[in-house]
Amino acid sequence: MTTIAIPSGMPQYDDVPRYDVAAVRADFPILDREINGHPLVYLDSANTSHKPRQVLDVLREHYERHNANVSRSVHTLGTEATEAYEAARGKVATFVNAPSADEVVFTKNSTEAINLVAYAFSNASLRSAAAASSAPSRASGTDERFRLGPGDEIVISEMEHHSNIVPWQLLAERTGATLRWFPVTDNGRLDESGLADLVNERTKIVSLVHMSNILGTVNATARITARVREVGALLLLDCSQSVPHMPIDVVDLDADFIVFTGHKMCGPTGIGVLWGRAELLAAMPPVLGGGSMIETVSMGGSTFAAPPARFEAGTPPIAEAVALGAAVDYLTGLGMRAIQWHEKQLTAYALDALGSVPGLRIFGPEVPVGRGGTISFALADVHPHDVGQVLDSLGVQVRVGHHCARPVCTRFGVPAMTRASFYLYTTTDEIDALVAGLEQVRKVFG
Amino acid sequence: MQLESLYQEIILDHYKHPHGRGLRDATEPDDRVGEAHHVNPTCGDEVTVRVATDGEVLHDVSYDGMGCSISQASASVLHELLTGRDTAEAYRVHEAFVALLSGRGQVTPDEEVLGDGVAFEGVARYPARVKCALLPWMAFKDAAARAGVGASPSEVKA
Ligand SMILES: Cc1ncc(COP(=O)(O)O)c(C=O)c1O
Repeated sequence: MTTIAIPSGMPQYDDVPRYDVAAVRADFPILDREINGHPLVYLDSANTSHKPRQVLDVLREHYERHNANVSRSVHTLGTEATEAYEAARGKVATFVNAPSADEVVFTKNSTEAINLVAYAFSNASLRSAAAASSAPSRASGTDERFRLGPGDEIVISEMEHHSNIVPWQLLAERTGATLRWFPVTDNGRLDESGLADLVNERTKIVSLVHMSNILGTVNATARITARVREVGALLLLDCSQSVPHMPIDVVDLDADFIVFTGHKMCGPTGIGVLWGRAELLAAMPPVLGGGSMIETVSMGGSTFAAPPARFEAGTPPIAEAVALGAAVDYLTGLGMRAIQWHEKQLTAYALDALGSVPGLRIFGPEVPVGRGGTISFALADVHPHDVGQVLDSLGVQVRVGHHCARPVCTRFGVPAMTRASFYLYTTTDEIDALVAGLEQVRKVFG
Repeated sequence: MQLESLYQEIILDHYKHPHGRGLRDATEPDDRVGEAHHVNPTCGDEVTVRVATDGEVLHDVSYDGMGCSISQASASVLHELLTGRDTAEAYRVHEAFVALLSGRGQVTPDEEVLGDGVAFEGVARYPARVKCALLPWMAFKDAAARAGVGASPSEVKA
């Protein structure tokens, strides 16, 4: 008999950081709810996550103790509110390893963050057009990298959320630029085979989803980033589904912009983030005009504040930002590596369990590698609406429909899918409840 | 919530064995034909309804589509209830069906008027599914208008 010696320093199973799921669940008041007489089984965290008491407390405390507008007053409450708001910015920056808190722009959500970048492009393009016809103007300083016109190209993929499709379609319409996209393989992976042609000297921006909200695929971006650098384009990563579930390091990712949304990461609704490299944000023209984004205003014209203020016109979602800071603290407390590992185990378990359901077809990667805990499927030819309804009667909350990613449904030839998605509080018991529920669906529609 | 109130036998029956499915050409030489395609953007349900009428009688209400049991059963019931009716009567049925579905479960359906349509009483209590049930009926309304038989006086409030 031979014994296998484990080389020292090799990470072992037990070295993986873990946490006590039952204790974590106790932090989420909503998880005690019953739905239709059954314990709540919430499998829709990719849609929006639940919020722990730690976040809800901060939200309430902000309004009860520190409520005031930010950046506009010398009084004590105003100072406290401003400090809390800016501290949240700092926490978010640290969370994604941004070199500076000034690289974090608070928005309403991911959608607004993507639109912000798209409108910066068209404003830059319009300004340079205006500058050409009526020189001299400040617009002549518009950065070449944000100028788009006929002949220029924007690249996305077939697995994007509508939030990362429609703003670029509209931008292409406004500027005359061409929209192109990466296809998706039968296994639900990004098809990079056309990379060299797709991303070329005409490409101005590549905007890609980091983790698909429908297929669960986590895209490896290194090859694409290298190509983007080669042709001098910009790279935006839609990290709406990755930031909540895995450690994200913007320096490591080497992107130019990332976006994410607070409500999917234990934070409140109404707050999202655009992270951009400082030098790029500084080169971007403003999008929304108003209070707080200016340097000086006269009736003849205005000059603008430096980022991030330049992109935060008007009173921002202050309490929401502060609560997002609390969410980041909560996630950091558990550890993003531990959360990622927890979900990886759940995903492996769920892929196995779902594979045992007769007539079930999984869309997207069927192995728990290069994918997250979001699994879409079809159950024979029962319509997802009916699947979701029967599951709801058993307390199991899944999402049904096209998941704001209709091109993916089209790609796989179905009008809709059923999706189960997991988070840090999900248990294998809940996956068992899903599988049992699917049995019930088969009974009703069999 | 009782699942059985939503998925009544009648509905599952119409879903599994749809009546009059498939788009058909007009058989009467004087008929005008109108067609409408409606989609439910939130779930991707689709239905096409075609109406063949001489302006007095709906000689055929044919349909095709894909979607959940509720929308497909509703199309089957639509066909069954309205084919062969005179237009004024058809609109009374249409109105009664829309009123039932917009009634949040507070409207008691009249079986005389609605036939198998009464089975949708339970659906009215599931706001997320009301649109599924109404999809073919709204497509019908457009198709009928295109065939020149005017619009239903009722509007959806769901
Ligand atoms: C991949 C992806 N991108 C963008 C979004 C949009 O997020 P929000 O609706 O918060 O703007 C979502 C969430 O639905 C998403 O999953």
